[in-house]
Amino acid sequence: MSTKEQKSTGVDLQRRKILTGATGVVGAAGATFLAVPFVSSWQPSEKAKAAGAPVDVDVSKLQPGQMLTVSWRGKPVWVVRRTPEMLERLESLDKQLRDPASQESIQPSYCQNPSRAINKEYLVVVGICTHLGCAPLYRPAIGSPDVGADWQGGFFCPCHGSRFDLAGRVFQSVPAPTNLEIPPHHFKTANVIRIGEDPQKEGVA
Amino acid sequence: MSYQESNQQATQKKQNSLLAWLDRRYPLVSTWNEHVGEYYAPKNFNFWYFFGSLALLVLVNQFITGIWLTMSYKPSAAEAFNSIEYIMRDVEWGWLIRYMHSTGASAFFIVIYLHMMRGLLYGSYKEPRELVWLLGMFIFLVLMAEAFMGYLLPWGQMSYWGAQVIISLFGAIPVIGPDLAVWVRGDFVISDATLNRFFALHVIALPLVLIILVFMHIVALHRVGSNNPDGVEIKKYKNEAGLPIDGIPFHPYYSVKDTMGAVFFMIPFALVVFYWPEGGGYFLEPPNFEPANPLKTPEHIAPVWYFTPYYAILRAVPDKFLGVVAMGAAIAVLFAMPWLDRCKVKSIRYRGLSFKLLLTMFVISFIVLGWLGTQPATPELTKAAQIFTLLYFGFFLVLPFTSANEKTKPVPERVH
Repeated sequence: MSTKEQKSTGVDLQRRKILTGATGVVGAAGATFLAVPFVSSWQPSEKAKAAGAPVDVDVSKLQPGQMLTVSWRGKPVWVVRRTPEMLERLESLDKQLRDPASQESIQPSYCQNPSRAINKEYLVVVGICTHLGCAPLYRPAIGSPDVGADWQGGFFCPCHGSRFDLAGRVFQSVPAPTNLEIPPHHFKTANVIRIGEDPQKEGVA
Repeated sequence: MSYQESNQQATQKKQNSLLAWLDRRYPLVSTWNEHVGEYYAPKNFNFWYFFGSLALLVLVNQFITGIWLTMSYKPSAAEAFNSIEYIMRDVEWGWLIRYMHSTGASAFFIVIYLHMMRGLLYGSYKEPRELVWLLGMFIFLVLMAEAFMGYLLPWGQMSYWGAQVIISLFGAIPVIGPDLAVWVRGDFVISDATLNRFFALHVIALPLVLIILVFMHIVALHRVGSNNPDGVEIKKYKNEAGLPIDGIPFHPYYSVKDTMGAVFFMIPFALVVFYWPEGGGYFLEPPNFEPANPLKTPEHIAPVWYFTPYYAILRAVPDKFLGVVAMGAAIAVLFAMPWLDRCKVKSIRYRGLSFKLLLTMFVISFIVLGWLGTQPATPELTKAAQIFTLLYFGFFLVLPFTSANEKTKPVPERVH
């Protein structure tokens, strides 16, 4: 900028540019800091985070083949008492499954086995489809009419047609990407399952 | 001079002076003239041109009924469902106000889809109206968010599980997805926190954005001038006064015409509100008459009819993330219409066969996808949804090539 220009307008444009720029940068930084509480305010509150206590389920009245649903952290958790025939059929399905060995799904290490359970008989699984969060339907019968004639029993998500077997393992070519989640759980007594807590190091029932 | 005459003069003088007083402090007359009194619109508007003003009418309906609903509604998970029942049964005329609001939501989308169809038919998105189209698309987007959040508020089964599915869509985004979904919900599942914030967004934030966008949409339109069924620019031929020969002032010509349109619109609207408010399960879905149950998804869940075409596209793709991408792309690609269509001729009246066929294919796939989205996801229907998803996108993929060298008919110089 020439001194001539300065004299003619009486304005130092260079100086104005620097001041405008500096004000802009400081203002933008301030606005960013001010945005933090507004954005963070949408995070789960302390109250929401605290509501995660374990739940005890009495399975003594559960008949073979039956399922019961409990609420844990606001989510449905299913307990299925599987019959020996159901468990037998699980093995034959491996080839139709996306991840038969549960390598990509969420489960505690003590449930990363073919039946995805501590005690083969009882499947404990979060009843939320890994696709978009619907609660799949329990369709234990072979060839359930709404699922298909070659159906071997399992869970069927009515929202988008995802299928899972009786160990919560996802079938191939359905929208759900992974097997159903297994929550941490352990047998408090022979008939009471505590959901939301890993087995204690010693004295596992 | 009679007494009557002098009285008249005096009144006129007083009016004039009040108007003049106001006009010195606020651009009353010039604003009125620019947007209403001296806004020249083409004289050949047809039936399709009702839907812009009808959309405004429905917007006003939603604002007024919505404000009244907030007076009795309780935005908490414990009370929401019962407060709707309270409005329906105990609040004086509450049922009418609520049905006007719920029917208004569906009416809004009927009107908006027809309004957009008009744009596609007569090339209203083309130069120089690209920004009018873009602003309109943003309105459409905000309207979808508004409708989605409003649908959670009754806290019925479909409210809950619909929101669960749509918010889970965010979870499909790689890396940040799961945290983003928690952030939107404000909890690990849809809960009271989600309901309460959706209420705030539905009644304050989004309506505010909507009204600003509508204002800008109209201002942008009035800068470039309205298109018409012939797709010719009326500003090309002006008389000595500098006014378009084929234009007529919006008021009184179109203000009267649109009022008639509003009356004819309100008749079926009132019939639905009074005799068919559930719209056969499409306007208000049956599972929503049951309070939200986080442990049980309804046997068959489907969004409200106006979202079903996009929902069918989501379901058609057998991959979680790509399904979300396809659904987003189905809406996003509409934004690009002004640049995908490279034909200079605007109106379908003078366009080639290729465009007519493509547009027909697009409209058919949109309607069929809309129907498929309401049906359960059987393997056969999923296959059909995949085919029509391809046809839907096919329109946008093929159009840039066919429209570049389209065999068009001669466009008249002036409207007829």
